[in-house]
Amino acid sequence: MTVSFDSITVGDELPQLTKTPGREQLVKYAAGSGDFNPLHYDADFEQAKAIGDNIVHGRMKYAALGQLVSDWAGHAAMVSTVSCQYRGMDLQGKTFTVGGTVSAKDDSSRTVTVDVWTKDANGATTTPGKATLRFR
Amino acid sequence: MAFELTDEMRAVIGVEGKPWPVEFTSTGIRGFARGVGYTDPVYFDVAAAQAAGYANLPAPPTYSGIPVFIPGQNDDRYGAPLASGQPVLRHGLKNVLDGGTEHHYVRIPVAGETLYSTGKVADLEVKESRALGTMLVITSESTFRDGAGAVVFTTRGQAIFY
Repeated sequence: MTVSFDSITVGDELPQLTKTPGREQLVKYAAGSGDFNPLHYDADFEQAKAIGDNIVHGRMKYAALGQLVSDWAGHAAMVSTVSCQYRGMDLQGKTFTVGGTVSAKDDSSRTVTVDVWTKDANGATTTPGKATLRFR
Repeated sequence: MAFELTDEMRAVIGVEGKPWPVEFTSTGIRGFARGVGYTDPVYFDVAAAQAAGYANLPAPPTYSGIPVFIPGQNDDRYGAPLASGQPVLRHGLKNVLDGGTEHHYVRIPVAGETLYSTGKVADLEVKESRALGTMLVITSESTFRDGAGAVVFTTRGQAIFY
């Protein structure tokens, strides 16, 4: 199920994603992204022990923001920008939610801006960002 | 404040490395999509990608490809090219967290393409955090061009060392 440009209204909420990546999933992400920082999979790594557990790659949450808009647009649009800030950590094995709201729509350029975010298991926003999509 | 910027550190700002090849392969794109948790067949199945209008598997949003890795020439942990000539910032801080990231696309790369990235440190800033103490925030920018020199996408990010 994908969205069409004409049906989009400012304020629309995107279907949310939920993710609960454990160490195995984080190892898959490490292999896919090329980021082998042990902070994300080695429980004995000093920085992980200081934090209390292994943490989800911030870039994985960033990529999940991309997945959110990609799944929503279903290739009817090109995702032309994605940006985010990393405000809080998510621990491995804990659920985080990915969502977004349409914040702007420009008919002449067929462009839509979405305010996107991830929220941790306690509902705190850990990765706020923006994505822009240019519809074909 | 125990940590201060030195002239040697400031000297790296704006100095670009030479272009480094970055590959977008079908295996690499599948691996990234699998790592993120995509189920959209367009990122896994070439026939589905072509039906959606792509020449081959498209790069999922935020995927920057994999820099060609040659032992001794790339960072062993992150794969970043060290031999690109981009000066290495020696700051002595051990821990790193991502601060923020952005991608700006002119077009979407697809499997089978090799792009060429040039990177530079765009800014250095020392900040104090109650949780982490003194932090060095490094803003980096990279430009990814195709073989003809056309820009395909650019990235900008902040890494926080403490």
